[in-house]
Amino acid sequence: MTTAILDRLGARGRSVPAKYVPVLVTAGLFVAMFVAGGIRYEGFATGQVVLNVFIDNAFLLVVAVGMTFVILTGGIDLSVGSVVALSTMISASLMAGPGWPPYLVVPLVLLIGSALGLVMGYIVHAFDIQPFIVTLAGMFLARGLCYTIGTDSIPIEDPTFTAFAQTRIDLFADLWISPSVVIAVVVVLVAAYVLHYTRLGRTVYATGGSEQSALLMGLPVGRTKVAVYTISGFCSALGGVLLSFYMLSGYGLHAVGMELDAIAAVVIGGTLLTGGSGFLLGTVLGVLVLGLIQTVLSFEGTLSSWWTKIFIGLLLFVFILLQRLFSARRRI
Amino acid sequence: MRRLLWPLLVLAALLAVNLFFTPSFFSVEMKEGHLYGSLIDILRFGAPLILVSLGMTLVIATGGIDLSVGSVVAISGALACLRISEDGGVLSAVVLALGLCVLLGLWNGFLVAGVGIQPIIATLILMVAGRGLAQLITDGQIITVNSPSFKVIGGGYLLTVPFGILLVLVVLGVTAFLTRRLALGVLIESVGGNAEASRLAGIRSRGIVITVYAFAALCAGVAGLMIASNVSSADGNNAGLWIELDAILAVVIGGTSLAGGRFSLGGTVLGALIIQTLTTTIYSVGVPPETTLLVKALVVAAVCLVQSPKFRDKVFRRAGPRASSRPAAEEKVRVTA
Repeated sequence: MTTAILDRLGARGRSVPAKYVPVLVTAGLFVAMFVAGGIRYEGFATGQVVLNVFIDNAFLLVVAVGMTFVILTGGIDLSVGSVVALSTMISASLMAGPGWPPYLVVPLVLLIGSALGLVMGYIVHAFDIQPFIVTLAGMFLARGLCYTIGTDSIPIEDPTFTAFAQTRIDLFADLWISPSVVIAVVVVLVAAYVLHYTRLGRTVYATGGSEQSALLMGLPVGRTKVAVYTISGFCSALGGVLLSFYMLSGYGLHAVGMELDAIAAVVIGGTLLTGGSGFLLGTVLGVLVLGLIQTVLSFEGTLSSWWTKIFIGLLLFVFILLQRLFSARRRI
Repeated sequence: MRRLLWPLLVLAALLAVNLFFTPSFFSVEMKEGHLYGSLIDILRFGAPLILVSLGMTLVIATGGIDLSVGSVVAISGALACLRISEDGGVLSAVVLALGLCVLLGLWNGFLVAGVGIQPIIATLILMVAGRGLAQLITDGQIITVNSPSFKVIGGGYLLTVPFGILLVLVVLGVTAFLTRRLALGVLIESVGGNAEASRLAGIRSRGIVITVYAFAALCAGVAGLMIASNVSSADGNNAGLWIELDAILAVVIGGTSLAGGRFSLGGTVLGALIIQTLTTTIYSVGVPPETTLLVKALVVAAVCLVQSPKFRDKVFRRAGPRASSRPAAEEKVRVTA
């Protein structure tokens, strides 16, 4: 299976620019994994399984899109998981307590997330503090705010909200998706447009490639850096809203460790953590790979929770190793 | 030394806050031949974090990062406790646990230096899988052991001083000697500055990188033994959970850049002490448990801000000749940034 992909890559060889290779390798491995799962498990190789991966990971997809922006500039955002949790917490508590309607709550949540991102971006840019540390403090802050609001899980019972959450959008041939998937896809498309067809996108790549060169070219590096953290904050908040659709509750312990999933998805998609190189499509594939790993494990059934962790680690390892081998071979 | 000024001031400020709320905070007394007191407690409970941070410092100095230390802490404690609960040989248990930790560290180093995976992802693999491995070793339970000699590592005393503090001093001394008296420290910094250039200059970059990851895992292993011994049990789920973030924080507060290329062991120890003192302070001041993270976030932000030269420049604007020379200086910073 894998040799076939390798041959295909080798045969096309010279016509594929080197920058697309990591994304293509990820795509190839994803297909390989899907086919392998289809052979091994009954009922695996159906369209709905792929769509379920989207449905179960729509929030992660949105968060990872924001993370892609940040990583492309050479930064990192560790606060995303906590901001997701904070968003679910704020939405749930505002709808449960004072009974605010969703059309007020959702924009407010998005605003709070963006504001948090803006502040972190400003600190990173204005005071030259390493993003890892600033966003780590942001992570503590957002998680702390969650616990300050409440330590228990708050159910969401707003009728409009739950109705929207339970809507099924039927596609052809018995396939269906949730509205969250549509939102996530729209976010991906808008983000891809911004990254590749706008000045902001160009500056994001330039800043990640070499901040100094970008500065010397007169690009607004500072403004861009603040912008990407704001985008990431917005995406995290939106991811939080999608997660509250999915969970129908707000809880301070939601999305623990999600920042690592998002970073892993971005990196599996072939984006370099040093910035300046990578594609949004890669991130989408990265999220799909993580989701498919979960699906494979659920089809495997009877695994205790620790074996699940060990398998996720192993699959992650095999995947990154293969990707590394293929990309390295192409480069030589 | 000037680099350490701000961390020192922060630590002093935190201690002063404690003194304000608990007037007897600085008193250290002898009870039954052991030293007791809040300061000793900070050192004792901070010992695992200091150890993990020391290992992390060297990894970060090479431009890497090690997210797996928390899982290694759990594995080390779990394996040692399992071994002791089976046949009681403390020495063999400790050797076995630390041996496994070094192997795990070599694995990390191999992934980073041998295969060329980005450090954050290479160690993320062990962070996820290692937590599962620790739970596999303990079978998802909490293993309790009843062994006085094992208890010494984390809870015992030697010459009136808690054993853990002595252990930290030994590791710190050895590390400081190896990196500051021998060439190893310079080699590590040069690999962190530019791995490829170092290799061309004749330094075995790969060997150095693999060594620091093994060292970080070894430190984490010792810390894991301390934590497990202190409570006489191993918890694969929660032991060392998120300690990697605290360790990275300690390293950065201590003035080591995450970009690699330089490091400060003294700064790291100060950073770890600041974090431990902060935890103690939060409890002693009586902050409700729901808001501890909030307080921590604010203090961390304040510490990082006050350490940033740009922030000090903007906030504490100085009058006189320095103010007039500032634009030129800023220009220079912007070009070299």
